[in-house]
Amino acid sequence: MNQQEVLAAALEAVAEYNEQLDEEQKLEVDPETRLLGKASKLDSFGLVNLIIVVEEKLYEKFDKAITLADERAMSQEHSPFRSVQSLADYAYVLLSEN
Amino acid sequence: MPNSVMLITGARKGIGRALAETYAERGWRVIGCSRETSDYFHANYRHVPLDVSDQDAVKKMVTSIRKGEGRLDALINNAGVASMNAALLTPIDSVRRVLETNVIGTFLLCREAARLMQKNRFGRIVNFTTIAVPFNLEGEAIYAASKAAVESLTRILARELADNGITINAVGPTPIQTDLLRGVPPEKIQKLLERQSIHRMGEPRDIINAIDFFLRVESDFITGQVIYLGGVS
Repeated sequence: MNQQEVLAAALEAVAEYNEQLDEEQKLEVDPETRLLGKASKLDSFGLVNLIIVVEEKLYEKFDKAITLADERAMSQEHSPFRSVQSLADYAYVLLSEN
Repeated sequence: MPNSVMLITGARKGIGRALAETYAERGWRVIGCSRETSDYFHANYRHVPLDVSDQDAVKKMVTSIRKGEGRLDALINNAGVASMNAALLTPIDSVRRVLETNVIGTFLLCREAARLMQKNRFGRIVNFTTIAVPFNLEGEAIYAASKAAVESLTRILARELADNGITINAVGPTPIQTDLLRGVPPEKIQKLLERQSIHRMGEPRDIINAIDFFLRVESDFITGQVIYLGGVS
């Protein structure tokens, strides 16, 4: 498992999550896609659902159960949920420790 | 709902076993779990031995349902342990055991099941509480407190899960002749029955009837509710 593989899994999860959404709500399957703030298409409910899909995808790919929205994530100066890339980076850290 | 998929916790004996047999016979594909293996065999039934408060084991079981069935339509959170004792004599290990199974186990199953249910934007979760909560029964402080927590979980998760098409309700049985009542003096049971509006012991069919109501597709406007049996309020 390397960072590129984790990012690929996160992007796959975004594509899978898009299947639940109407056309205008779909997220761009791109590492730079924003997940938080005004530039994001996601509301808090959408972000929760996306995180669930990403956790499941990582479990499926790497057979490791991680909790992305843990206390550490919430206390970071820069939220790991800013973009798909930052989410994948944080997931890689957790998977490496697991 | 034949061919729908149901997960029942505490399915090896007592009420859970009656639920597993009933819904498997009706054509549901039922996955049951409990700490030990089951001697119930049916084409529609599969048993998974696990502790409901073991996060890894619960995640593995739900993943196996996702891979094997591709969906989960209903969760019946029946697993529970009781501890009847004067509060001043209750060992802390008993407190932890009750909270782990009744509160942590119920939460964990709700969380993992809802994650799978939300894929289909449909799910029915039924939790178990007890009339010991509204009756504030002496000698059941920890058991009743754990079930009060289950009622709160039910009401709050109802709000959090509603937009995903998932309803979550709870049923609160009266005394029923199961292992949980072993060791409770008959006169105490009798006094309890006298406090109910309908003065008889409950039977599995009473619980199944309430669960049937919550499970109905038409019950999509019913969530966060607690139904006590026997006319208790």
